Amino acid sequence: MTEPRITPELVQKHNLTPEEYEKILGILGREPNYTELGVFSVMWSEHCSYKNTRPLLKTFPTKSPKILVGAGEENAGIIDIGDGLAIAFKIESHNHPSAVEPFQGAATGVGGIIRDIFTMGARPVCAVNSLRFGPITQAPSKSSGVTAEIANNRRLLSGVVGGIAHYGNCFGIPTIGGEVYFDPCYEGNPLVNAFCLGVLRHDQIARGSATGVGNPVFYVGPATGRDGLAGAAFASQDLTDESAQQQRGAVQVGDPFMEKLVCEACLELLATGAVAGMQDMGAAGLTCSTCETAARADTGIEIELDKVPQRGPGMTPYEIMLSESQERMLVIVHKGREEEVKRIFDKWDLPWSEIGTVTDSGRMVVKHGGTVVVDLPARQLADDAPVYHREAREPAYLAGVRAFSLATVPDLTDPREALSRLLAWPSIASKNWVFRQYDHMVRNGSVVCPGSDAAVIRIKHDSVPPVPGQPPQALAQDKLIAVSVDCNATYVYLDPYEGSKIAVAEAARNLACSGAVPLGTTDNLNFGNPHNPEIFHQLAESVRGLSEACRVFRAPVTGGNVSLYNQNPNGAIDPTPTIAMVGQIEREEHITTQWFKEDGDAILLLGAPVDGSDPMLGLGGSAFLKVAHGTKSGTPPRCDLEKEKQLHEALLALIYSGEIKSAHDCSDGGLAVALAECCFSHQKARDTFQLTGASVDLSSVSDLRLDALLFGESQGRVLVSVSALNAVKVIERARILGVAALNLGITGGTALNIRTGTGEWSWDLRELHRLWWNAIAEAMRI
Amino acid sequence: MNFAILQFPASNCDQDAVHVVRHVLGHSAQMIWHKESSLGEPDAVIVPGGFSYGDYLRTGAIAQFSPVMQALRGYAEAGGLVLGICNGFQILCEAGLLPGALIRNRSLQFRCEQVFLKTISRDSPFTCKVPADKTLKIPVAHGDGCYYADAPTIARMEEKQQILWRYSTEQGEVSGMASPNGSVGNIAGVCNESRNVAGLMPHPERASEAILGSEDGRLLFESMIDWLQRRKPACATP
Repeated sequence: MTEPRITPELVQKHNLTPEEYEKILGILGREPNYTELGVFSVMWSEHCSYKNTRPLLKTFPTKSPKILVGAGEENAGIIDIGDGLAIAFKIESHNHPSAVEPFQGAATGVGGIIRDIFTMGARPVCAVNSLRFGPITQAPSKSSGVTAEIANNRRLLSGVVGGIAHYGNCFGIPTIGGEVYFDPCYEGNPLVNAFCLGVLRHDQIARGSATGVGNPVFYVGPATGRDGLAGAAFASQDLTDESAQQQRGAVQVGDPFMEKLVCEACLELLATGAVAGMQDMGAAGLTCSTCETAARADTGIEIELDKVPQRGPGMTPYEIMLSESQERMLVIVHKGREEEVKRIFDKWDLPWSEIGTVTDSGRMVVKHGGTVVVDLPARQLADDAPVYHREAREPAYLAGVRAFSLATVPDLTDPREALSRLLAWPSIASKNWVFRQYDHMVRNGSVVCPGSDAAVIRIKHDSVPPVPGQPPQALAQDKLIAVSVDCNATYVYLDPYEGSKIAVAEAARNLACSGAVPLGTTDNLNFGNPHNPEIFHQLAESVRGLSEACRVFRAPVTGGNVSLYNQNPNGAIDPTPTIAMVGQIEREEHITTQWFKEDGDAILLLGAPVDGSDPMLGLGGSAFLKVAHGTKSGTPPRCDLEKEKQLHEALLALIYSGEIKSAHDCSDGGLAVALAECCFSHQKARDTFQLTGASVDLSSVSDLRLDALLFGESQGRVLVSVSALNAVKVIERARILGVAALNLGITGGTALNIRTGTGEWSWDLRELHRLWWNAIAEAMRI
Repeated sequence: MNFAILQFPASNCDQDAVHVVRHVLGHSAQMIWHKESSLGEPDAVIVPGGFSYGDYLRTGAIAQFSPVMQALRGYAEAGGLVLGICNGFQILCEAGLLPGALIRNRSLQFRCEQVFLKTISRDSPFTCKVPADKTLKIPVAHGDGCYYADAPTIARMEEKQQILWRYSTEQGEVSGMASPNGSVGNIAGVCNESRNVAGLMPHPERASEAILGSEDGRLLFESMIDWLQRRKPACATP
């Protein structure tokens, strides 16, 4: 078989620039062959090399005394949670595949992130996701009938949620939370960011290193096929109709059943101590796993492709090396212990093969049919991708955003319809249509299920991988971990720096509302094409905001993922730096949920009712402006990080004192939406809800536009409920802790009543709840 | 008491069952790998939930051919207590140890949510400790939980009081809205004629601790333990 000759066109087709090709020639001192060119193209894609973002990512705070494995060292970061236990977690995108084939694209996104976690030696115990689509409902101004775009957005939502459910439910991991946003900017460019968290003991940390010269290299998992050919390269270019058509084959097909077996077998295998190193074959498959493990250990690796299980005859070295067939692992085994490994793989009926050995040559050598088809320096391939300092220029649209003034927006006189419409707006409406399709309870650890500010999971004896020869022991103390995933991308679009600070602040606020202190952060930077200086400006400013905020909240970044080129011919997505923050709750009694608990409790607002220094009074980029005025403009709310931190610390202190019955942050839709959610977001069981009314008096907040008072999204605000007897005491304590606190009213009844300086309004809770609960289901009924 | 918990490839509620038996109820639990041909000498067997064999072909359809199922058949025929939960219920139906079949939810979607159950017959080893008139709050998590059997079978089961639980409202009303899957007659769980083998779609092991929102599921395990303690001498050696 003759391989294609290397031509400038072929180099370009592999997404390598002429300069990058020159660099390859310099490293090799010769021309690469076709397979080698393919290997370089995937390893030097943005997805694997971070060549456009590395200088920015270096500015993230990445250290804390609790970090055991830091950002960039391994497949996922690891943080100490006490008593010799640790958690591994990471978020990763599967945007492009999900745009092309939503079900399998999303399913394999979940599969990939689960593998990243058990590769570290951790047992995966919960999953979370962040999803974004184009609108699924018609704008009221448009004529009736469903457009092709809306029908397609619904198809994508349905496929993505179905794919996540398929994979996670079968694997047996609870999908305990997440977020779903809808905005026209995601039309044709949906975002699917999947997060997974696992648990292990400190001494169980596995490394993705090919250590020990002479150690055998095992391949385990299903046979390699042509699916997912060069997916990493696919993800590193703009999405066009043409690329989507051509690249349909770049979407992999997931098998969660196989993944479950591979996971159990790998954890059992790691417990024997026979493993020297382990890495999953994710992006760039066999290529990435072999050269990265060798590079990390500063060794070499030699494999024979004839020994790699293959799905069909006639696969070329190029195809085998670049395939992204799922659920495959590379395992480096201590020499002499091969039999233990084979026994465990056979127990789980897993295909396996010994495909090579660790060498001291520093090279990645691949043989096929007796001849060498790849011979490359492993470290340079893995680590020496070119690094670009791209040009940044402030986007032109920002001038218009800053010029936008509230003076052009008439104030509300009657807020009744606006609240109803906001609650039925899919980005704010209940996501039960989504999360009821996910098994969010398997593993008996889901303490706070989807529907509150942060999900809370219990870590118990069987959350930890097995220890050889020991029956599972009860832990000294069960641990409680909270997870929140957040990003209001509209804010980031309108002010990349400020908006990114808010994404972090909101995640931290959600953790505080659940009673948790932040441990660390994993970020998923979803942006457009970085070659566009305006996009690169968004990226650079966003990273600056994220870094600053993560420092303030002492939530260092332990790893994450960069997804660029999220654009199609209609334009780029809003910059979307998804933040998943993980925190720890000290004691069970500190777990706090967002809904009111009983009648007669006092409702308090912690934080100033509105940020008076903000000319937009919290309405810039707000859900209200979008829903009521069809406007996506204005500078977003300011984020005062120190003030925000003070609020979180005060809230936690109050929670520790046992006085807080519920806590809910004010975010999308402002105070009125947050109040409504406190009233009705507790689902006791199927079709059984707890509705707790509220009567609130805001007339003491004078001289403020009604829309800003009720629907402004000023940051740094939390609604809490406390026993009426404790209200005065809690307000006093909050003030001592440096946080403004205001008694808004009392819970009880069957309505939400709000009184302001200009009027008094009432909403029937059942009706509001019906709108909020059913909005997405009704849109998806089609 | 000594519980055997079967473990098929991609059983994923096996550890949850072990957790509840060992750490919540304080009894002993032994995981039995599906390739084993003997169960040992357990006092009761739990066939846990999950996606045995990835639910390929049909839920529970492949698992029934595992070697351990032969042993389970013998155990059940000798009168041993067997509880199938979710996928375990599907496996027991496929294996013919329980009547009826579980088909795709009417919504065609997976459903995970808390539901209420009305206990229809308290005359069984699985329900004897459930207080009269108490609705049980226990979650479901399944895509194929719609119970089906033809009318004569249902009639016979009703006559023999083999229907143990139906989906209901919090107040115990058996209404269509209360069912998460569209089961015939809101059936959530059944037992065999000899009443020693039962299966249900809801997950009692996920409702056995206050921290998880309900302890009602414990009543099922406590029923089994109570029944075994009362009957223990009689079935010491089959």
